[in-house]
Amino acid sequence: MTTYSFDAVIPIVCVTLAGLVVMLAEAFRGRGEKMPLGGLAVIGLVGAAASSVLLWNRNATSFGVVTADNFALFLNLVLVAVGLMTVLITAQTADRDKLPAGEFYATALFALVGMMLMVQASDLLVMFLALETMSIAVYVMTGIRREAVNGTEAAFKYFLLGAFASAFFLYGVAFLYGTTGSTSLDRIGTIVASQAMAPNPLVLMAVGMLLVGFAFKVAAVPFHMWSPDAYEGAPAVVTGFMSTGVKAAAIAGFTRVFLSALEPMIGYWAPALWVIAAATMVLGTVVGVQQTSIKRMLAYSSIAHGGYLLLGLLAGSDVGKASILFYLAAYALTNLGAFGIIALLGSYSRDNDNLRDYAGLWHSHPVLATLMALFLLSLGGFPPTAGFIAKWYVFSAAIGAGYYWLAIIGFLSSVVSVYFYLRIVVMMFMTDRDARPVPAPVTGIALAGLALSLAGVLYLGVLPSQVIEWAQASVATIF
Amino acid sequence: MISLAILLPVFGALALLLIGNRDEAKDGFIRNLTLGVSMATFGVTLALWATFDQSVTAPAFQFVERLPWIPAFGIEYYVGIDGLSLMLIVLTGFLTPIALLTSWESIEHKVKEFSIFMLMLEAAMIGVFASLDLFLFYIFWDILLIPMYFLIGIWGYDQRLYAAIKFILYTLAGSVLMLIAIIGLSWMHHAATGAYSFDVLELYALDIPYSTQYWCFLAFALAFAIKVPLFPFHTWLPDAHVQAPTPGSVILAGVLLKMGGFGLIRFAFPLFPEAAAYFAPFIATLSVIAIVYGALIAMVQPDMKKLVAYSSVSHMGFVVLGIAAMNVEGVQGASYQMLAHGVSTGGLFALVGMMSDRRHTRLISEYGGIKTVMPRLTAAFLIITLSSVGLPGMNGFVGEFLIMLGAFGWDPRFVVGAGLGVILSAVYMLWMFQRVFYGKVTNAHNRDLPDLSFREWAIIGPLVAMAVVMGVLPNLFLKPMEPAVRSIVERVQAHQPDSHAAADSGAASMEGH
Repeated sequence: MTTYSFDAVIPIVCVTLAGLVVMLAEAFRGRGEKMPLGGLAVIGLVGAAASSVLLWNRNATSFGVVTADNFALFLNLVLVAVGLMTVLITAQTADRDKLPAGEFYATALFALVGMMLMVQASDLLVMFLALETMSIAVYVMTGIRREAVNGTEAAFKYFLLGAFASAFFLYGVAFLYGTTGSTSLDRIGTIVASQAMAPNPLVLMAVGMLLVGFAFKVAAVPFHMWSPDAYEGAPAVVTGFMSTGVKAAAIAGFTRVFLSALEPMIGYWAPALWVIAAATMVLGTVVGVQQTSIKRMLAYSSIAHGGYLLLGLLAGSDVGKASILFYLAAYALTNLGAFGIIALLGSYSRDNDNLRDYAGLWHSHPVLATLMALFLLSLGGFPPTAGFIAKWYVFSAAIGAGYYWLAIIGFLSSVVSVYFYLRIVVMMFMTDRDARPVPAPVTGIALAGLALSLAGVLYLGVLPSQVIEWAQASVATIF
Repeated sequence: MISLAILLPVFGALALLLIGNRDEAKDGFIRNLTLGVSMATFGVTLALWATFDQSVTAPAFQFVERLPWIPAFGIEYYVGIDGLSLMLIVLTGFLTPIALLTSWESIEHKVKEFSIFMLMLEAAMIGVFASLDLFLFYIFWDILLIPMYFLIGIWGYDQRLYAAIKFILYTLAGSVLMLIAIIGLSWMHHAATGAYSFDVLELYALDIPYSTQYWCFLAFALAFAIKVPLFPFHTWLPDAHVQAPTPGSVILAGVLLKMGGFGLIRFAFPLFPEAAAYFAPFIATLSVIAIVYGALIAMVQPDMKKLVAYSSVSHMGFVVLGIAAMNVEGVQGASYQMLAHGVSTGGLFALVGMMSDRRHTRLISEYGGIKTVMPRLTAAFLIITLSSVGLPGMNGFVGEFLIMLGAFGWDPRFVVGAGLGVILSAVYMLWMFQRVFYGKVTNAHNRDLPDLSFREWAIIGPLVAMAVVMGVLPNLFLKPMEPAVRSIVERVQAHQPDSHAAADSGAASMEGH
């Protein structure tokens, strides 16, 4: 445990190197020269995945601030999947959208570096560094289409509000440092536990500040305002990337901080989180119903899914933590698939993300429509897809911890969410195609990405026990 | 062998998925293949019946198969059948080929996808009846909504989108609350024994405090009451039935509604017996309201399909009344009524579908004097109508009689309302029959309608035969169900010694009829 080595940072280093190589390659690329930049990114990601698998059960620590426990490694693998899907889809859409491919891949890789560091950080300052690395990269990705007005607007909004939230987070760290004299989660945990009966008011303020900071990144109500705009303005690939990757990293940090260092204070933050979770689930679904842009609709859906994840966090038990991991894996695969299809159906001049654009999709693109329907059913929590098992898992954790009302609110809101997922299905399958131009057919590498993602969704839905066991093993040994 | 009955349609659906049919040239082949798969499945269900051990010493659940599925939470692939589920599975096997045949001329586009959804539906229905693991049961219960949703939404009539969404949201709202109760049960099992379990038979043995039973029973009963559907949760049913294509209506009325009754008998009552005893009078009251209200609304419907839909509300009210009585006669009657209703209402929807295929209308006022034009269809319609109104010697009579016998032994007041429902059902059915088939041909469009085709004989022949056989030889169906019903009734009554014990004397062997 205490042997210091570089082992724990190897996955992060792999992705960082890939990012640097892609950036250099882009810089030295001749005008018009074709380079397999996506391939370089894939190599880095595969390296990160392989090293994460090799580090399994080793509990490596580096520099005392980065840990590679199973919890982090499981999430590393989820993040690698997020990165791979993003690369595969971008391979088809980058040229069409005139994206600067090199910069895009490099930024995405650096965002992933931030996310991985965030899930592996065991020190609040490192976590802040990770948060900023991730956030700044994602701000850039949001506005990467400089000529798109709403993209620029979205990036600016996201940046302003995000900076504000980062400040909250940093204040929280500062207050904790002020009262405990440390930024290490272990040390803070010990000191906070010793005064759990009569906590220092500064610690309470710190808890509040950190709660706000994390709630912002998770897009929990009432700190969700940025997400519909950012999700709608960003290119669909980026929306898929941040709605899964950023959310996974933020929830992981949230879980680690609140269930290890701040766990003794659970009596103080649990009621607040209860309200936040309930509001997030209800608002995400109820407002989602009214949307006509599919990207915006799925933005609200992703807010609601954040709420379900908070249930697992609130439950706090081992079942709860494992359910968060499983939920993140299932949600990442599903949401990336759905946003991948949205990205593939867009065009340079138009996003084609209005509900009406999907009318009769079944007749023009039967395979894409069927895939989309399956992803939407998974988001809605229907068996035999990953979404059902994931929902059952977090709700089971919540019920086991006695949060009956929250479970009822959550389940009923998920019924409402089914209504808007089915609106898309109705458009695709039960409405005739109108005179709009038919989007280009989807071929090759992007379709392979979608197929992989579907395979994952069905695997987690039909034979979930192996991944459930890994998720349980991920939380058994730590905090 | 149960897995075979579930997997055959699944493999059939997967095989269909692989057949390329973009130009719809292979529609005929696909129809034949689908029918073949469903006939083979019917054969498997018949084989289950033939080899089902009906002796006294036979185990309660037979053909049991269990495999660990999610061992971390004690979730298993655990299937097995007693007489009750056996009969409902045979009903599913019987009605699916018939429903497919009704589609041969009414479903003209996207035949492949239609066939895939029908086979998925069949697999899920058999799964629902065979599951002994609550988690597995819930999965089948939920999966089933998807094909039905697409069947209504894609191949239905004008208001199909509204009906499809209403169907799925209503059912889902009820079932998620049931899922909460299911999860709660597994945690209670964990608290009591240290291990999670979703095994129904183990959960039966759980000692659940009354206050918990109260809420869990409500959650289960709501899910099943919506499915049955029990007044006042029935409003999705007329929409779904009227908008669904004929094969969808046949399956919906024939099998899907029975899942509600089956769930009450298998899960809600025996899992929470004390709460069930408390709620039984309320449920019985609602069911009597459903019987009378459904009949009254059916009487004034101008649309034949809607009339049959509301008659389902009324007839399924009988089923719930029999279950609420929770004595052997009542539950036997309820189970029998479910089978009988599957046959007769499936038949009515098929016949109405045939008429609407010819005339593209289901309004009673558009018809009149059909007897002289289509005498054979009229004869079949008459037999099915009589079986639906419960003429002695037909299948509808046995169930209603047993239910009223059971309800009388429990609380005679409910029988008064139910008796009124019997009379009203004769009124609305025969009145419709009279307006549609008797008199002179008043509408010129009806003058040269063709009578039953060979395919239509194949649909209605087996249904008419079953309506008669079930009326004449009820014991053939009651006998396998009796041990299952008896053990459930005894389990429930053991927990409520004061209210029901007396009612069970001279139990309902049907030898007397």
